Amino acid sequence: MASIWEYANPRKFMSVTDRVLPWIAGLSAIALVAGLAWGFFLTPDDYRQGSTVKIIYLHVPAALMAINGWLMMLAASLVWLVRRHHVSALAARAAAPVGAVMTVIALLTGAIWGQPMWGTWWAWDPRLTSFLILFLFYLGYIALWAAIEDGDTAADLTSVLCLVGSVFALLSRYAVNFWNQGLHQGASLSLDKEENVADVFYFPLLLCIAGFVLFFLALVLLRTRTEIRARRMRALMARERMA
Amino acid sequence: MPDLGKYAGAVLSAYAVSLALLAVLVLWSLWRAKRVKAALEKVEARRNGQD
Repeated sequence: MASIWEYANPRKFMSVTDRVLPWIAGLSAIALVAGLAWGFFLTPDDYRQGSTVKIIYLHVPAALMAINGWLMMLAASLVWLVRRHHVSALAARAAAPVGAVMTVIALLTGAIWGQPMWGTWWAWDPRLTSFLILFLFYLGYIALWAAIEDGDTAADLTSVLCLVGSVFALLSRYAVNFWNQGLHQGASLSLDKEENVADVFYFPLLLCIAGFVLFFLALVLLRTRTEIRARRMRALMARERMA
Repeated sequence: MPDLGKYAGAVLSAYAVSLALLAVLVLWSLWRAKRVKAALEKVEARRNGQD
């Protein structure tokens, strides 16, 4: 069986992703369109929240990917720090803008949902605040990569920033449980049948989550391929200058 | 189109903003992928010409 470390070879990574990327992108488009159409057109209103419950199909998957995107970056950063594989550092870099957009979507849809339900667009609630800090970490991470010219130094420093930011990624997930206060409810998806959303909302939500996960994966693969090419181009141009 | 009642503005704006952001992200990623690929090919062609 092939070792996972084989994919740390840029050539191998490019060849494998060239084959799988169209499939992942296609599946992501199907799952997203089907999940969002199912949720928007075919599910009833909630007895308390009315039609605003339809925002759940964007808000929950985006929030989930905002947190898990950072955790994926954490795993890739740890691989870089321990094993010095460039592809993992570049994958972390590639994931950051995608995760940042997911965080913005979660924050905006949360505000739009919160206004009619809570009577306010924003509150300094533990979950909302930790999410805002997570977004600022995403911006800082992207800016740090852009600010440092040497790729390896940038990968080292951004990896350390990623480790620090992971505290807020986890905090944004568990803030409701830690502080047990604020406006935001607990997890929408739970193994506890009592806490979980009703089945009529649950299944389209699962499909939307699958769509967002595949969408994230497709974009990260596409952007990692771009980062690998950009790195090679910088290396070739540096050689040209030295010649 | 489902009847969204008094929350139509909120629901539709949430969908519009989210889908617009996702579309911008996809288009930006594709545009950058195409631009970097073309630039790399140009540098590699120049390098192969020198060899």
